[in-house]
Amino acid sequence: MPIIELKNINYKYPLARQYALQDVNCTLEKGKFYGLIGENGGGKTTLCNLIRGLVPHFYNGKLEGEALVFGKDIRDHDADELAVKIGYVFQNPFNQLSGIKETVFEEIAMGLENLGVEKEEIIQKVIHVCKLLKIEDLIERNPNELSGGQRQRVAFASIIAMDNDLLVIDEPTSQLDPQGTEDVFEIIKTIKESGKTILLVEHKIDLIAEYCDEVLVMEKGHIVYFGETANILSDTALLAKGAEIPQVAIWGNEMKEIQRPLQYIPITVSQTVELIRKMGGN
Amino acid sequence: MAIEMKNVSFAYPNGYVANENLNLVIQDGENVAIIGQNGAGKTTAVKLMNGLHRPASGEMIINGYDIKDKTCAQISADVGYVFQNPDDQIFNSSVRAEVEYMPRYYKLSEEEIKKRCDKAIELTGIQEYLKMNPLDIPYPIRKFVAIAAILATEPKYLILDEPTAGQDKWGIEVLEKLLTGMQREGVSVITITHDMDFVARNYSRIIVMAHKQIIADSSAREIFWNEEILKEAGIKKPQIAQVAAQLGLKGNILFRDELTTAVLQMEGSRL
Repeated sequence: MPIIELKNINYKYPLARQYALQDVNCTLEKGKFYGLIGENGGGKTTLCNLIRGLVPHFYNGKLEGEALVFGKDIRDHDADELAVKIGYVFQNPFNQLSGIKETVFEEIAMGLENLGVEKEEIIQKVIHVCKLLKIEDLIERNPNELSGGQRQRVAFASIIAMDNDLLVIDEPTSQLDPQGTEDVFEIIKTIKESGKTILLVEHKIDLIAEYCDEVLVMEKGHIVYFGETANILSDTALLAKGAEIPQVAIWGNEMKEIQRPLQYIPITVSQTVELIRKMGGN
Repeated sequence: MAIEMKNVSFAYPNGYVANENLNLVIQDGENVAIIGQNGAGKTTAVKLMNGLHRPASGEMIINGYDIKDKTCAQISADVGYVFQNPDDQIFNSSVRAEVEYMPRYYKLSEEEIKKRCDKAIELTGIQEYLKMNPLDIPYPIRKFVAIAAILATEPKYLILDEPTAGQDKWGIEVLEKLLTGMQREGVSVITITHDMDFVARNYSRIIVMAHKQIIADSSAREIFWNEEILKEAGIKKPQIAQVAAQLGLKGNILFRDELTTAVLQMEGSRL
């Protein structure tokens, strides 16, 4: 079932000379994990802003085409309602936490309180997400005194508690070390397994290859590639569009060029190891 | 001349110790990467190098002088530090004004200002943004504005704090060109980064930090094939090295061409 349908979208920010989105067409299905990659300034954040309704409700500007979110045109949505329906995880978790709550429990409960959820239900939900994200031992701590990695988990927890069907996540790991980054992807995977739809902006291509179902590549306001992760990230043509592909995929293409092709072009380490083991029929 | 740390320790005003007994010599023109987990003490260590932080104990020596008698402004003429967050650094209303700020502050001739700024702008690839307000350009490109502003001061040592964060393929290429350019001019670049492929490709010397200390100081090949260090510092091998390790290939492989050679040999020996 499509959760987002964009048809012939063109969009220009107010006073801008160039279109930030051009001829954008895509359909995002419920329950899938989408990776959005490509050059900076290529339109990734603008596309997120359109789906969240900030375009056109907050930024105004000139929007052409049809943008259906949950089956209804973005122009007919109430911007405040959309903010409740779509979970948005900030690029920087430090910006997301309220800073005014003194325990992790209260921080996570805040969104639910604002929606007028019953007290018992709030308690249950908060405890549930804390278990999910393995932060039960932090529940009584002050969120403002946690480490960066811990804060990122709390920020995620407060969004997951809202139980949104659609999550838009803009570069959640740009300042994190490799372990912290893997943790974040594991959390997103857990969310996906509960049937949610996820759109993630990222540059860390190895992890996109590992976790995403489908990948969208943007360049100069266009969606230039869109399809299954394995098909998109094995194509060296992406490199000319300012997007990376995994080193193992580049290597797979190089093997093909020297007439020693692998069975297929790998995009992850485990695939590569398996393919090499199979070489020569052994 | 060199940057030297002798038993340097640092504690924040709240008492939190962030660096313990750092010992390090970075020679002129050396290209060094600093890696390690969040909270390992990397940023604190480089802020000690240009006087933003002062050692609680030990000696911090730049070009032969102990920095305890110098102001941060004096040290910055030799050691340029580009902040992790460009917004901590940028304050002018146009990109060009930002890059020209320090050369004008030094009261250089118009000719010299132009020469330095043109070079800094070219090296960082920000030509098309010169008239814009730095706050109106995308965050990763703003980082290049911060780098250009420091390049225009022509430091002998350039410190880049997580320049690879959020960069796309073009951004990484600009950084690689910049590193080559600095090498050619004998400028020492000290880079903090989490991008291990970038580290393996571009640095001959790597310093690994963990729990407030330097736990290793060696080549990429030595570090990425030392399981103990990787585990202690919580870092991962570059992707190609991971493949080689899982296959048990010899030769401490880091790069694609090395993997190709090893795989073809393996294939040959099977026939």
